[in-house]
Amino acid sequence: MDQQTKELIENNINTNEVCLFMKGTPDAPECGFSMAVANMLKILEVNFKSVNVLSDQNIREGIKKFSEWPTVPQLYVKKEFVGGCDIVKEMFENGELKKLFEDKQIKYKK
Amino acid sequence: MAMNLKEIESMIKEALPDAIIDIQDLAGDGNHYSATITSSAFNGKSKIEQHKMIYNSLKGKMGNELHALALKTKEKNGPTN
Repeated sequence: MDQQTKELIENNINTNEVCLFMKGTPDAPECGFSMAVANMLKILEVNFKSVNVLSDQNIREGIKKFSEWPTVPQLYVKKEFVGGCDIVKEMFENGELKKLFEDKQIKYKK
Repeated sequence: MAMNLKEIESMIKEALPDAIIDIQDLAGDGNHYSATITSSAFNGKSKIEQHKMIYNSLKGKMGNELHALALKTKEKNGPTN
């Protein structure tokens, strides 16, 4: 991964409390797993920045190395990698996602 | 490219010998799987670490040959959520 890509990724994570790397956009997702995570954030009414990895091949490959995680979507909350679709879904279902937002002082629908 | 179910199972089994693996081919296309894996190797590890262990056992195939593998990991003798 080149320095420019790394800085671009870091900049997104550092300047957005909730940052979702996904395929497509929240309103026009291009993958079911990305759609699922975006929808869970929408349901919880969390403000989030989405980064469409399909619009930048460097980010698409770079984010996998950056997080040491082979798939997209990837969710970051306050600079911390939370997980991909499976983990976020599990956390959404068992209430841990709300708890995470609570602990990190992110506004969400209670 | 695709991977067959047995291949996935044996790669995971190689890395986590005590794993109980339940895999389903969701679409019947050899490309979209769902797996529940129970192993004592997960005990005390975070979900991210647990999933990474599975990804590592697949030696770079995840996200390449293997497009989709929905994962659910459980600790053996641990909480069953």
